[in-house]
Amino acid sequence: MAFEPAKQKYTGSIREVVLGTGDKAVKIGGRSAYPFYTFEGEMPNPPKVAMEIWDKDPNGEWSEVALEPFKDVVSDPVAWAKKCVEEYGAEILVIQTKSADPNAENKPAVEVAEVVKKVVDAVDVPVVVWGVANHEKDTEVMRAVAEKCAGKNVAIAPVEEGDYKQIGAACLGYKHTVVASSPIDVNLAKQLNILLNNLGVPENKIVIDPTTGGLGYGLEYTYSVMERITQAALTQGDDKLQQPIICNVANEVWKCKEANQTTEEAPELGDQKTRGVMMEAVTAIDLLLAGADVVVMRHPEAIQLVKGFIEKMM
Amino acid sequence: MGLTGIEIFKLLPKTNCGDCGVPTCLAFAMNLASGKAELDACPHVSEEAKEKLAADSAPPVRPLTVGAGDYAVKVGGETVLFRHEKTFVNKPGLATLVTTDEDEASVNGKLERFKACQFERVDLNLRPEMFAVKDTSGDAAKFTALAKKISDATGAALILMSDSVDALKAAATELKDQKPMIYAATADNADALGELAKETGCPLAVKGDGTLDGVIALTQKLTGMGLKDLIIDTGTRDLKKAFEEQIHIRRAAIKDRFRPLGFPTIVFANEMADDLLNEGVVAATFIAKYAAFIVMSDVKPEVTFPLLLERLNIYTDPQRPMTAEQGIYPINNPDENSPVLVTCNFSLTYFIVGGEIESSRQPAWLLVQDTEGLSVMTAWAAGKFNGETVGTFVSKCGIMDKVKHKSIVIPGYAAAISGELEEELPGWTVVVGPREASHIPKFLKEFKPE
Ligand code: SF4
Repeated sequence: MAFEPAKQKYTGSIREVVLGTGDKAVKIGGRSAYPFYTFEGEMPNPPKVAMEIWDKDPNGEWSEVALEPFKDVVSDPVAWAKKCVEEYGAEILVIQTKSADPNAENKPAVEVAEVVKKVVDAVDVPVVVWGVANHEKDTEVMRAVAEKCAGKNVAIAPVEEGDYKQIGAACLGYKHTVVASSPIDVNLAKQLNILLNNLGVPENKIVIDPTTGGLGYGLEYTYSVMERITQAALTQGDDKLQQPIICNVANEVWKCKEANQTTEEAPELGDQKTRGVMMEAVTAIDLLLAGADVVVMRHPEAIQLVKGFIEKMM
Repeated sequence: MGLTGIEIFKLLPKTNCGDCGVPTCLAFAMNLASGKAELDACPHVSEEAKEKLAADSAPPVRPLTVGAGDYAVKVGGETVLFRHEKTFVNKPGLATLVTTDEDEASVNGKLERFKACQFERVDLNLRPEMFAVKDTSGDAAKFTALAKKISDATGAALILMSDSVDALKAAATELKDQKPMIYAATADNADALGELAKETGCPLAVKGDGTLDGVIALTQKLTGMGLKDLIIDTGTRDLKKAFEEQIHIRRAAIKDRFRPLGFPTIVFANEMADDLLNEGVVAATFIAKYAAFIVMSDVKPEVTFPLLLERLNIYTDPQRPMTAEQGIYPINNPDENSPVLVTCNFSLTYFIVGGEIESSRQPAWLLVQDTEGLSVMTAWAAGKFNGETVGTFVSKCGIMDKVKHKSIVIPGYAAAISGELEEELPGWTVVVGPREASHIPKFLKEFKPE
């Protein structure tokens, strides 16, 4: 008698959300099985790798190995964005508005939004605008971004419990997508989705950011929260958690010590570039296996590994 | 589903003789029910009860050990499909392949890299622990010599791989005290290798024909011969299909208690990718989803280290907050003028804060206060990180004998305690540090304690 594998019963599916507009708009979500469990459910939209750029020159903050591929463009966000799309085939672009950080450069919101607008206009792929997680500053910046980028359906992150009313309203007004960010907690993720719904943000405009922990620095917390969100959404009929998930991977991975120590500083850890690339790729793979629909990444070689992984797994 | 502890208890002798290692039959029954003990440990149980229980009481995924001594790898014993449902217990063994047709320099290079590939992380030593030794010519003497060389040089747990029963026999007999895994029984040689595994007491891998039915036929045959320590290679080398099989195997074992698939699995990343980085991608996939052994073509710290971190993260027990020990941590050789920072003992906080201070290259004293594993903000909210607790800790921990200045830096998220703390520490200046650990290096470069 042939072996019949037991199948998981699913009662729900992840909603589809469209990022961007036009020909290059990207549809994410739609999955009705655990991630890559295509033998027992649907996964109509393969997960995507989004490439990140910064709105300020990351020299001094990025390690040499991460800077290397972008050396010629880091001082010009528009050129940088174009390089990601044209040379590396980025299907989604993330612009991190680091220049707005009140603890650092603290650039005025209008100027920050001006640069974002230029980037959004320069590329045809969907753009995610990722703030600095400071409620007041993000509110100022994102309001300006929402207005200037009206009609582009950008995704705005992170929208947190402390600023969802302001930023959520701006997204609603200009028809952008909300990246609802909560601190590694299933219930808080759910609660924020409910608050956004109550505010009038439609479900097809919400993406969850569970808050990402880097490899060796809390990855396991994010991993398990995502598996729990996925279980609740797909097998326990929790329709408030049936949103696609985005993980801000690169920002976490590349700030940890082991990704930044040079080969000379830490010879026992081996070649720095390969080490950083593998740390980024491994983190992304774990999060994809846990249910990420979009992983935000930095190094082109790590991206290539992860894209290859997704292709083979679909 | 398994029998409950009480149901099992009814079948035991109820003499409470203690020969099983726990004082009462009831305690033993409870351990059986939760998969923490094996029936064999009770010498007095009746044959009839044995039969009833055997089918039911064994852990859903057979626990077994490959190797001996320091590098022994214990696998199996898993009871859940998702780590948050309880925890994953036994980390997969990471193996490096060497073959008999590889030149000596290449083999020696791998041995050296293997030995150097050890990383301290808090109280843990992260390292790969295995070699897979593969015979490519059927030369039993050469194969045995290579396996012995590696075992002697490293103490690593071994996987002995050959198509030749004679070669496996020679090597496994020679090294049987090291408990290597014998790889692999197929439909053609299962009888002979089953006998060899019995004689040597070594665990035996089965290699299927790429179907689970093929695997089941093999494990049934071998368990029929009395073997228990089996490992499953389905024979599949396609990533997607192998992933699907891992899910089916683990599910069948845990959800359905389907014995023929209730064994740890092995994945050959080296046969599933063309270069070491892509092997790393395969390994990463199966560290998360259920492999018990993973073989790669080489060992290099830049690839192995990230996988070791992943393995650590995935196999961390989610029910237990990880904590760092309370105390004074000197970083970058601090002296009597170096700044003093205080934080909580949630291990993640400790890693991050300690790591940032280290990478700042500024000498500093880090005081880690026992907050029962809570993060700064949670501990503060719970009253475990306030002026009084921090003040008492700072006064008593001995830091005052180590520094001449009187400044203490508290986490930015605990700014609210600064007034209270100044009252607790008369004469001291309380400085509010950054909220984010990543801002510590910048802070330390500018900060001078007074
Ligand atoms: S050895 Fe058997 S009879 Fe003795 S206490 Fe243990 S379970 Fe009971």
